[in-house]
Amino acid sequence: MMDQASQASGWEPKIVAFLCTWCSYAGADLAGVSRLQYGPNIRIIRVPCSGRINPLYILKALQNGADGVLVAGCHPGDCHYISGNLVARRKFALLKSLLSYVGIEEERVQFSWVSASEGGRFAALVAKVIEDVRRVGPAGKLVKPCR
Amino acid sequence: MNDVSRRIREKARELFATGRIDAFLGYEPGSLPLRARPCLIQAGDEDRERRVGGLVWDSFCANNLAVFLPKLFEQDPGARGKAQAPKPRLGMVVKGCDLRSVTALVREKQAPRGNLLLIGVPCAGMVDTGAVEERLAGDEVLSASEGEGGKLLVRARDGRELTLFREEVLQACCRECRFPGPEAVDLLIEGPSRKPAEGVYERIRAFEARTAEERWEAFRREIGKCIRCGACRQACPTCYCKECFAEQTDPRWIGAGTELSDAMIFHLVRIFHQAGRCVECDACLRACPMGVDLRTFRGKIVKEVEELFHYLPGFSLEEAPPLSTFKEGDGEGFITEP
Repeated sequence: MMDQASQASGWEPKIVAFLCTWCSYAGADLAGVSRLQYGPNIRIIRVPCSGRINPLYILKALQNGADGVLVAGCHPGDCHYISGNLVARRKFALLKSLLSYVGIEEERVQFSWVSASEGGRFAALVAKVIEDVRRVGPAGKLVKPCR
Repeated sequence: MNDVSRRIREKARELFATGRIDAFLGYEPGSLPLRARPCLIQAGDEDRERRVGGLVWDSFCANNLAVFLPKLFEQDPGARGKAQAPKPRLGMVVKGCDLRSVTALVREKQAPRGNLLLIGVPCAGMVDTGAVEERLAGDEVLSASEGEGGKLLVRARDGRELTLFREEVLQACCRECRFPGPEAVDLLIEGPSRKPAEGVYERIRAFEARTAEERWEAFRREIGKCIRCGACRQACPTCYCKECFAEQTDPRWIGAGTELSDAMIFHLVRIFHQAGRCVECDACLRACPMGVDLRTFRGKIVKEVEELFHYLPGFSLEEAPPLSTFKEGDGEGFITEP
């Protein structure tokens, strides 16, 4: 899976995943309980709802050196808070196009829906995001250098 | 003095005389040529009559007056639970962009519509001071006056006199204005107005058509000029948070300095916060001391909100702001499918 460049440098993508506690976090849990294999590149942050995610969190993650950010919540219609994910969907659509507009790779920030019963979908999603981020390489654009 | 200025003065005088307003917000001539400055006249001012007599409406009234509303109607936080001082009744001159911002602020409960007496003025576009200075090739403008037929008479320090057509030196945002005539105001003053513009997103589409690397390079170059003075935010009518995310210290989201990454995140988030609220009055652009091309980046959010959610901030008080609502059928094209 690893391409040659990352093999040579030893670089592994670091991906921050914001998962809603009711669906996607439970989906991740199910993937684990079901012993499904996916890359160890993601760092999960559990949030109450995808509607809780401020776009600033995503930018902050990129600034602090995340190579990619994954946001996942309940499928539309399944939100524990009825419509949190539907309001979030509008925010994410805007953020995604704004970041792409200023020239940040589309692969860096990804959004998806994962329900509590979709362990397989979660594992496949993570594998796809890792692969996407691996393809575009280490993030540098918004990273704040250490001093 | 033009007819519109005369009507504004008459109306302000009448409103004060009949006790219908406590304050009036309009424009007076600035101390520099090509500028008009916002002017707040209180009923109790000693020189009220003189100041009302100095109100103007010309091609230099570019400032968006809505920016003053949140502070004017702010509740005194120290008086929470006690009787609040009554909110002022305000008479106010509004052109299309001002009114759209006022509408956004009313909807966001930053100004009570009942306390506003809006005097709508059709707008023929405002002059871009920089464009005039460019015509003088760097020389200082000593005086400027408006003539008949859309002419602008400019005198430079070296004695040169120039006759420009105001249409040639209009602000870019005015050329692209889709709402030159205010609607649903309390009083409408007749006057010259522009035709609503068409094809306003061409500039944004042209930028989108460039490669990702070119776009990033342009973004990096523009934001690299930013000195983080915050003038764009202060001048923006819909940036009124008492504590901006950029200055929060717990948690401290971004640094306060000119570090490129911090400046980029500041601008990206500020632009994001303007979704469905920005009326493209270009107050941020005029306020920017470094000439950062904020229009190109801010324009994207206006375009996206209109294209994705079919929403453009206008004169309606009824429509819900696009990010506080949703539709079941909102687009999902951006969702990653494993």
